[in-house]
Amino acid sequence: MTDVFIYDHVRTPRGRGKKDGSLHEVPSVRLAAKVLEAVRDRNGLDTEKVDDIIMGCVDPVMDAGAVIPKAAAFEAGYSTKAPGMQISRFCASGLDAVNFGAAKIAQGADDLVVAGGVESMSRVGLGMSGGAWFMDPSVNFPAYFMPQGVSADLIATKYGFSRDDVDAYAVESQKRAAHAWQNGYFNNSVVPVKDINGLVILDRDEHMRPGTDMQALAQLQPSFQMPGEMGGFEAVAIQAHPEIEGINYVHHAGNSSGIVDGAAAVLLGSKEGGAILGRKARGRIKAFANIGSDPALMLTGPVDVTEKLLARTGMQLSDIDLFELNEAFAAVVLRYMQAFDIPHDRINVNGGAIAMGHPLGATGAMILGTVLDELERRDLNTALVTLCIGAGMGTATIIERV
Amino acid sequence: MSAYKNFTIETDADGIALVTWDMPDKSMNVFTVEVMDELDKIIDQVVADGAIKGAVITSGKSSFSGGADLSMIKASFDLLKDAQAADPATAVQKLFETTGRMTWLFRKLETSGKPWVSAINGTCMGGAFEMSLACHGRVASNAKSVKIALPEVKVGIFPGAGGTQRVPRLANAQDALQMMTTGSSLTGARAKAMNLVHQVVEPDQLIPAAKQMIKDGLKPVQPWDEKGFKAPGGGIWTPASAQLWPAAPAILRRETAGNYPGALAILKCVYEGLQVPFETGLRIEQRYFTHILQTTEAFSMIRSLFISMQELGKGARRPAGIPKAEFRKVAVVGAGFMGASIAYVTAAAGIPVVLIDRDQEAADKGKTHSEGLVTGAIGKGRMSREDGERLLSLITPTPDYAALADADLVIEAVFEDRTVKKEVTEKIEAVLREDAIFASNTSTLPITGLARNSKRPDQFIGIHFFSPVEKMMLVEVILGKETGDKALATALDYVAAIKKTPIVVNDTRGFYVNRCVFRYMAEAYDMLIEGVPAAMIENAAKMAGMPVGPLSLNDEVAVDLSYKVFKAAIADLGEKAVDPRHMELVTTLVDGEGRLGRKAGKGFYDYPPKPAKKKLWPGLKDLYPQQKPEDVDIQVLKQRLLVTIALEAARTMEEGIVTDPREADVGSILGFGFAPYTGGTLSYIDGMGAKAFVALCEKLAARYGSHFQPTPLLKDMAAKGETFYGRFAPEAKKAA
Repeated sequence: MTDVFIYDHVRTPRGRGKKDGSLHEVPSVRLAAKVLEAVRDRNGLDTEKVDDIIMGCVDPVMDAGAVIPKAAAFEAGYSTKAPGMQISRFCASGLDAVNFGAAKIAQGADDLVVAGGVESMSRVGLGMSGGAWFMDPSVNFPAYFMPQGVSADLIATKYGFSRDDVDAYAVESQKRAAHAWQNGYFNNSVVPVKDINGLVILDRDEHMRPGTDMQALAQLQPSFQMPGEMGGFEAVAIQAHPEIEGINYVHHAGNSSGIVDGAAAVLLGSKEGGAILGRKARGRIKAFANIGSDPALMLTGPVDVTEKLLARTGMQLSDIDLFELNEAFAAVVLRYMQAFDIPHDRINVNGGAIAMGHPLGATGAMILGTVLDELERRDLNTALVTLCIGAGMGTATIIERV
Repeated sequence: MSAYKNFTIETDADGIALVTWDMPDKSMNVFTVEVMDELDKIIDQVVADGAIKGAVITSGKSSFSGGADLSMIKASFDLLKDAQAADPATAVQKLFETTGRMTWLFRKLETSGKPWVSAINGTCMGGAFEMSLACHGRVASNAKSVKIALPEVKVGIFPGAGGTQRVPRLANAQDALQMMTTGSSLTGARAKAMNLVHQVVEPDQLIPAAKQMIKDGLKPVQPWDEKGFKAPGGGIWTPASAQLWPAAPAILRRETAGNYPGALAILKCVYEGLQVPFETGLRIEQRYFTHILQTTEAFSMIRSLFISMQELGKGARRPAGIPKAEFRKVAVVGAGFMGASIAYVTAAAGIPVVLIDRDQEAADKGKTHSEGLVTGAIGKGRMSREDGERLLSLITPTPDYAALADADLVIEAVFEDRTVKKEVTEKIEAVLREDAIFASNTSTLPITGLARNSKRPDQFIGIHFFSPVEKMMLVEVILGKETGDKALATALDYVAAIKKTPIVVNDTRGFYVNRCVFRYMAEAYDMLIEGVPAAMIENAAKMAGMPVGPLSLNDEVAVDLSYKVFKAAIADLGEKAVDPRHMELVTTLVDGEGRLGRKAGKGFYDYPPKPAKKKLWPGLKDLYPQQKPEDVDIQVLKQRLLVTIALEAARTMEEGIVTDPREADVGSILGFGFAPYTGGTLSYIDGMGAKAFVALCEKLAARYGSHFQPTPLLKDMAAKGETFYGRFAPEAKKAA
């Protein structure tokens, strides 16, 4: 198999995913085009040589519909020879786009792939592509469908995380993200989104609340008690995990990932691809895996997929210097740390989606880049990137520096 | 002269045909094959007759119709069985065609080109309402007797003659799902609010209003056959639907634990049907209906919850040749909670009651109970003030035994103590008419023993009510050794008069229902002792289809009652009668912790003040070393809870306590809510087959104790491939 190298990565800042968010005025396709432009311009990429553009997008409808990477390639001025495709594995789409691109390169089909993702949640909205998973009773019922927040609360209940536990995690995420921004850890990878005149629309993650403390979070009401109790989902949780008597509702807007807009791109290539680029690789895709997991817990897939990936590679937890797990909900990360006994100083060291937000299809590519930057900054070697996924799945990728 | 057996047709001067459905020899109209054949011809006739402009269909009876004759559906089970025997390849196709008969007959009606109006004069259920939905106009009388429902789900099936397609094309999807998945009844007004009927009128205006709709030019085209039709709310892919559909299966799961395929099929039919043209939707419904008819749940539920319940209610066990008892007066002795409630249900049936206790105050207190119930019912609009007053006027509280001298039936409901009962029996018989029947409402003491206190044991019988009497539909009629046929006939006539369902059982400690219930709670004790987390026990029970978890149930009946029952059993039968570990558990709760049950605010659960919910007592975890949840198989817990009850039911059959499988089944569902989707305790066994059941028992016995050992009867049935309904064939007995 051909080695797969990471040559570069970029991301947009994350805009608040509401109508008053700074990126709301930017169409989905333009967000995607921005990262395609950046990855080209920073690397002198001859886009005629791009074998594929693969982007994750969870709700590829309306202005994100109809194969948005190909559409973005037109707006970004890529060669018409560069093809594009959009994929979805819900929240891991951005990482799966990277893995998909890596697989094509490893197989020898491609030499240069731009992989990443895009989601304008302010413009398209959550769940706008519909779907049998939650709508069709023939699927919803056997899938133990629940809103993800109820699943997160089920995880907290089952594994014993209190409101204080999840809030404390959220406070720390905010602190770490603020610290990383203050010290310029993201500067090399975040490309400001500018308008047609070159005026900056957004250059910082705007969802962050750096001053957040326990007292402030304590004011927030649990978000998922209503659907849990009125929508019948608590019964679904109990019937899937009958050792619980009821759900302890602990998650709220302050300890769950933020709804934001954003895009990311990772430039992948073979050794030959590197030669075309004339650039030195920054890292290597060492291995990756996918798995299906308990659908009611839904968000514990990272535990299962990490076990699978370590077993396949013959690696130990101790071989991993840094872990990057998408902060979909605080309990997801707490459960992962509990399952593997991972200390907090080795995981999400620069904060995560609780502070900065989770632009669904883009996040996987973003956090892969974040942890590669951090490996370089700390001069460490190996990181594991993973995300929990709707319907009960997990995706994980191990990267290492070269 | 009418050409039809079940219908008459009169065409008026305006050219409107009044089709009156009035089946001879039936108190209620139902759909049979013959009725469908005739309706088919009537549609042809209306279409062919140029003088007829349109048709109004109504009923000649006080009710409109009860819907499909479920015996006809039961016959389709036989058809399937025969067809499968003849040619398995085409059997399902034949069933599919049979089940589509009503669907396409109603479709023919609504596309006949002439306007049809259904004039709903009374109760209109199931297939009859589906026919009404196929009519272009629907007018309902505002009489209180008008109840509209699609109740099929209650017997394991679902509205399969267009109901799942027409209701959500008229009403909003949430209301449609609610109506069909619960099978609940609508008043005419509610049906109109849901857009299911066009008009609600005074009873005498019903036919004129229906005819007027036609005269006003009612279009013989249904909304869904118009171009550009959209279901209310816009169909499936709308923001409102995105709220409804993800939650609908969750709510169904909460209510049914997924044990009712018929209920889930309703969701599927509506979801899939609203995305396609109407006739395609009908075909989808027909496919699901064909599928659901083949489930064990549908077969067992129709048999127990419809056919058997109806047969028992009509006195299937009543001895022949004894004139129907008239109840001019019933006496209830003992005005405690049970006695007071028995007086209430008796008066509610229009029977005068004397309610006797040791002094006027105690007797009056018993009547207060009825006053409370009446006030509550009036407050909720379920009873008129006049009816309430009439009911209360029928109850006469008194300490004077002379008042029962002319009673036709006496029901003794005094304290469960042999000495007290003996004394009261003698006092009653001192004044009671020679030919009156004496019934004891004992729940624990064998009737044969109590009958020894009587001068006329052949007129002595047990009538065992369940609490709360107003709600519980079951009554156990207990035969003592010497109980005679007249006592049995009178008891059954009384139970029929108060509109409850009787089962007749022979005398034994705990009779039938309580024997089963004690097994249920005992299995939960075993599980607790094994260290199964209490929440898993309770959840397993609910997931198995039980209405109340065994620990919760134990709290309701009181933990100290279990304690007393254990002590009594040990006193009567010796130490071995009770598992010492169970005695220890109950003793710890009652003596050690004062956890007497719900009445004490604490038992297996803690009961904080409302609105806080009850929670399992955390201390249960400390009583026994706890197993890890992942080491406990929830499926096995579910099996244990059902199997231990079903085995006890099988034992009662083997011992001759219960003699008719219908009674074991119906008694288990009405008495303690035994997983209704199984059709009851014995249908549960028959449904999986005696052989599989015996194998399951043996597996459980090896692991969880000898109380799971299959009995000789079951082993014999397994060897011979028999069922309870085959071996103890109720039909044969009924004929005899």
